[in-house]
Amino acid sequence: MMRLPLFAYRAPSSLEEAARILHGEGPSAMPLAGGTDLLPNMKRRQQVPRTLLSLRNIEALRAMQLGHSGARLGACLTLSDIASDSRFRNGATVLAQAAAQVATPHIRNMATLGGNLCLDTRCNYYDQNYEWRKAIDFCLKKDGVTCWVAPSSSKCMAVSSTDTAPALMALGARVRLVSQSGEREIALADLYNNDGMNYLHRRPDEILAEVVLDSWHGWRSTYWKLRRRGSFDFPVLSVAAAIRFVSNDGTGAACCAATREGNVVEDARIVIGSVASLPLIAAEAGKFLVGRALSLETMAEAAVLAARIAKPLDNTDFDMSWRKKVTVEFVTYALRELRGDDVGAERTAITHNPSWT
Amino acid sequence: MVSISPVSQKSAQIRFALNGEQTDISFAPYKTLLEVLREDLNHTGTKHGCELGECGACAVLLDGKPVLSCLLLAIECHEKNVLTVEGLGANGALHPLQEAFADLGAAQCGYCTPAILVTAKALLDQYPHPSRDQIREALSGNLCRCTGYLQIFEAVQAAVLKIGGQNESST
Amino acid sequence: MSQQKDPPAKPCNGTDGDALRVIGRPRRRVDARAKVTGQTRFADDISLPRMLYCKLLRSPHPHARIRGIDTSRANAHPGVYLVLTGKDLPIEYGILPVSQDEQALCVDHVRHVGDPVAAIIAREELIAFEALDLIKVEYELLTTISDPEEALATPTPRIHDYGDEGNIHKRVALEFGNVEQGFAEADEIFEDTFFYQGSTHLPIEQHASVASKDPDGKLTIWTSTQTPHYLHRALAKVLQMPAAHIRVIATPNGGGFGGKSDPFNHEIVVAKAALLLDRPVKICLTREEVFYCHRGRHPVLMNFKTGVKKDGSITAISLQTLIDGGAYGSYGVASTFYTGALQTTTYHVPRYRFRGCRTFTNKPPCGPKRGHGTVQPRFGQEVQLDKIAEKLQIDPADLRLRIAESSNAVTANFFRLSTVNLSECIRRVVKSSGWREKFRKLPVGSGIGLACSAYLTGAGLPIYWNKMPHSGVQLKFDRGGGVTLFCGATEIGQGSDDVLASIVAEVLGLDTFDIRLYTGDTDLGPVDLGSYSSRVTIMAGNAALQAAERGRDLLAQAVSERLSIPQERVRFASKRVFDSNAPENGLSFAEAVCLAEARFGTIGTVGSYTPPKSPALYKGGGVGPSPTYSYTAAVVEVAVNPATGWITVPKIWIAHDIGRALNPTLVRGQVEGSVYMGLGEALMEEQEFRRLPKKLSHALVHKFPSMLEYKSPTSLDMPEVFTELVEEPDPKGPFGAKEVGQGPLLPIMPAVANAVYDAVGVRIDEVPITPEKIMKALADKKAGRTPRFGPAHFPHVDWPDALRVPPPWEGGDGNALNDVPRRERAKPEQRPGATRASEKDQVLSS
Repeated sequence: MMRLPLFAYRAPSSLEEAARILHGEGPSAMPLAGGTDLLPNMKRRQQVPRTLLSLRNIEALRAMQLGHSGARLGACLTLSDIASDSRFRNGATVLAQAAAQVATPHIRNMATLGGNLCLDTRCNYYDQNYEWRKAIDFCLKKDGVTCWVAPSSSKCMAVSSTDTAPALMALGARVRLVSQSGEREIALADLYNNDGMNYLHRRPDEILAEVVLDSWHGWRSTYWKLRRRGSFDFPVLSVAAAIRFVSNDGTGAACCAATREGNVVEDARIVIGSVASLPLIAAEAGKFLVGRALSLETMAEAAVLAARIAKPLDNTDFDMSWRKKVTVEFVTYALRELRGDDVGAERTAITHNPSWT
Repeated sequence: MVSISPVSQKSAQIRFALNGEQTDISFAPYKTLLEVLREDLNHTGTKHGCELGECGACAVLLDGKPVLSCLLLAIECHEKNVLTVEGLGANGALHPLQEAFADLGAAQCGYCTPAILVTAKALLDQYPHPSRDQIREALSGNLCRCTGYLQIFEAVQAAVLKIGGQNESST
Repeated sequence: MSQQKDPPAKPCNGTDGDALRVIGRPRRRVDARAKVTGQTRFADDISLPRMLYCKLLRSPHPHARIRGIDTSRANAHPGVYLVLTGKDLPIEYGILPVSQDEQALCVDHVRHVGDPVAAIIAREELIAFEALDLIKVEYELLTTISDPEEALATPTPRIHDYGDEGNIHKRVALEFGNVEQGFAEADEIFEDTFFYQGSTHLPIEQHASVASKDPDGKLTIWTSTQTPHYLHRALAKVLQMPAAHIRVIATPNGGGFGGKSDPFNHEIVVAKAALLLDRPVKICLTREEVFYCHRGRHPVLMNFKTGVKKDGSITAISLQTLIDGGAYGSYGVASTFYTGALQTTTYHVPRYRFRGCRTFTNKPPCGPKRGHGTVQPRFGQEVQLDKIAEKLQIDPADLRLRIAESSNAVTANFFRLSTVNLSECIRRVVKSSGWREKFRKLPVGSGIGLACSAYLTGAGLPIYWNKMPHSGVQLKFDRGGGVTLFCGATEIGQGSDDVLASIVAEVLGLDTFDIRLYTGDTDLGPVDLGSYSSRVTIMAGNAALQAAERGRDLLAQAVSERLSIPQERVRFASKRVFDSNAPENGLSFAEAVCLAEARFGTIGTVGSYTPPKSPALYKGGGVGPSPTYSYTAAVVEVAVNPATGWITVPKIWIAHDIGRALNPTLVRGQVEGSVYMGLGEALMEEQEFRRLPKKLSHALVHKFPSMLEYKSPTSLDMPEVFTELVEEPDPKGPFGAKEVGQGPLLPIMPAVANAVYDAVGVRIDEVPITPEKIMKALADKKAGRTPRFGPAHFPHVDWPDALRVPPPWEGGDGNALNDVPRRERAKPEQRPGATRASEKDQVLSS
């Protein structure tokens, strides 16, 4: 049986106290939320924090506020909490869909929103036991000097594998980071760094406390995830897309009736996940869509633009060139769904889950 | 809220309800609930196949919800309710799920069975009449290498009927 | 020794008019309650007072010499009780007498990443794990050999100092009739090359063992093994202890599938440690270590050349296989023969040539996985038949119906078939799947494919040469009416305990839950060779039948005397023994036992089973014979997205020729479980290795030894399966039963490939069949190239001269023309502890 290394354990009941402990312990302490990412990594000795700072007893981190102006989601809400909440529908469907497709039902009952946003980047050369990593003389991300994905690279190529980050980025989310010296709110997109090792702009003494969302009224959104099986697997490609159409009735609500081809895009955000060390915003594709109706040609062109930025490498499941090729298809599925096409058959085939239609 | 003080590296203590019984236990603080159940409490009904959250064999119910005991620090179970396969039956009788699994071939080698049973129990507690697709989804975190799952789905559906029958006769 | 002939035609064997009360009814299996309450004690559930934990230090190098090991720091580490290295356990062992090539801890040569070099026994597992880093091993790196082609091209350094030559472990060549003549008579000749990647068993239970020194100084080991008897022999040999002082208890396996059929290094290590320390020692492997034990499906490159007449009849087949064996022999010599054994058992093949070559490579050793060695060529043969059918413009189902083998045939390679209901299986799935309305008629992207298979019901010969029974059963009859069964058979989830209980219960008129079973224990029960080759139902089952009938006869005699009726009128049912003419005139079963005990003394009976002699007398003919064969046909429906190659399988129809289903609930479970495992292999399970850039590293590692990245299908990935059982009781099986644990896996992979062709018109001549491969083939199709993904060529192998065996219809007697006949070849008896047998004495099976 794989065993955790020894660690000290602290479980404060307030965010302030947690921030104080984190400040005092320095980088050798790590926050523990659901544990579904950190504990396997500790068992494999990829991460060996001296102190685990459990966030489990901090009630404030499990708060959920939803209103007309948007939402504030505590970082320790579980993914099940998010996936099962019917208020995340219509404009915020992308978030519910992303949360509902993380790993397995058991893991979603444990794993938290904040934990998924801070998920360690993944790589087939890194997510291995200590003994395996010893057999390749370790890798750049942990204990070694070479990135085996790209041996000439000075940068770690581990892959951002969070489902909820692309979804929340498509919704324009911000995150609140709390430390002993104060707090700051930044765009979620700015949390991420294109480096598999230093993949977060979170300081070691900061706790990701909250996700902040503006109102999604008027938006439509969707999430498409590529993985081998119907559950367990991390995404190896994901497309999160949110579109606001120019309204016909002046309220901005285009979500009630199926949107026809004639409806013109007012704003669009497309985020491609799991093809780099951070979720990629397909800004050019988004910009291209604005002011256009979603004809087949428009969608095809936008999909090509979006897929252009995907740079999958050979360190996840599936062949990297195939992942690149199907990115176009996945963006197209998302856009077709948002304009009102019935893509239920495609969704079922890809998710292996008839509940999704 | 209870705040557990920094643990020494020798031992940790918790009090929790294991299958409805108040249980006080001390254990090495690095241990997960899985290890404490199996090694310190001799509840070996809960199994393990990877210890990394990749198979589901160690599932138990924590306050009624299916979780993986291999990824849960035992120290975090203080004052929680934990249900394992040992707690499924009552008054010397098997749970209807257990009866159905036994009768319908849902357990072959029996190794993934305890985790699947408690997971199915949580499903039926929440949805007394789940659809086949709901069953498939609920059990999608439990790998079974023997059965191909179909007899498991059928056993869950049969248990639904058994439980329905029991409830009718008791009212 | 009692060599059992066909089951005697007595009451209760299922051939008379008596209604069966237990056999054939869907029933709760006898071990079900233990399993659904979590009370089944798997090896890792065993915990003994003062128990210590063992961890193994494994080689980080794929190929190296060990120059030195310094264990002093580990020895001094607090909590560490013992450190073992290769010199403590130097004697070689292995499952086959001809491949005694493993050491419990490598002495001077490591052959794959994960090969164990030292063991630490400590108070806690965590301490043992952390102390591993304190052992310093000095290695001298050797050239890494990563695949068979590299092995053929790299004779040195040798991975082993035995085998046919260089890094070739075994080369075999057999020819049954003049194959070239067969090709000359053909109207069409098809030649195709296929590749089967290989896969691993992935039982959810990781291997675990607990060893303990008994109070009297003997050794007991509880372990997750499918073959306690073979482990018993290996332990006696390596520990140099009398076998009589070793007790192996095979705990119920949390899944086996062939992966727990070899004696393993960790089992020997904990046994040694327990003896030295006089304390119980446990080891439970991590999932990564289970991947290093492996013994899974061999990667096989195959070349099939088949000649056919216009009507579809086969004139000759020539098959070459190149096999990636990994770092050790394991069952590999048997596996090599198996890649060529069963091609003749499904369809009539008048002339047949088989040449197989297994090479060593620096990867975990391959061995027997469900369908052992026959799965890979079955894929090639069934896909090629689909191509043949298309070219000849014959429906693939009709083609198979035309050429299907018939009952009681003797094949070109001298395998004697018993009942063959392949045609009925085909007809069933054709009907249930709506084949006639769907084949070549579904819209683009949807497709349907058909394939068939055959599999042994138990290997005809044991792993080591001997004339003793393959299985024995003892029954003890208690005055209280209880019957206790003792047998070495091992419960690995397949239901072997239930098979034994049901047979005994049926004969004695009892309920299965009246039988108490002690199985898988070398001290308590007579030898059963193990749970492999689908042998337990027929072999232990027939032994149980014989023991039960002998017991029944004693009771019947005593009761007939008491009731003053002829013995033939005594019936056993509903826990009573009575006069069939006047059922109210009788006794309880317990009273009958008391009568019999008073009449004969203590009532205990034995039964044993030895398979019938095979007519395949040529060297290598020991692999493939079986008392009878099961048959399966399957139809698979696929949906393929032409833009992405994404493939899903919504439905599968399967019909299996089972002879008789002893417990239909369990039989269906075996069929569906086989379909599941086959589908995983067909679509997503990848036993892939990663070689780092040679300039920078020697490393050759399993790409992803984890349950997350080795993709076993989830509940959401399982299609609907429509199972039908074809039941014609086979005279060889107990109550007519044939195997079901392995055969139904075989047709799934080729049926998927054939369905993909039906859906989008591309041939995937390789397993697994992934979206990437489909998309590449689709791109080729679009570009006007051959719409196919698969290996381009079969490399040159220096084949030895084939043993030439004329088939039965050419007057052959089962011997090779160019070899010494069987009766003149020496067959020395192997004793436990005997050293490596010479190659020519080998008799192999699995």
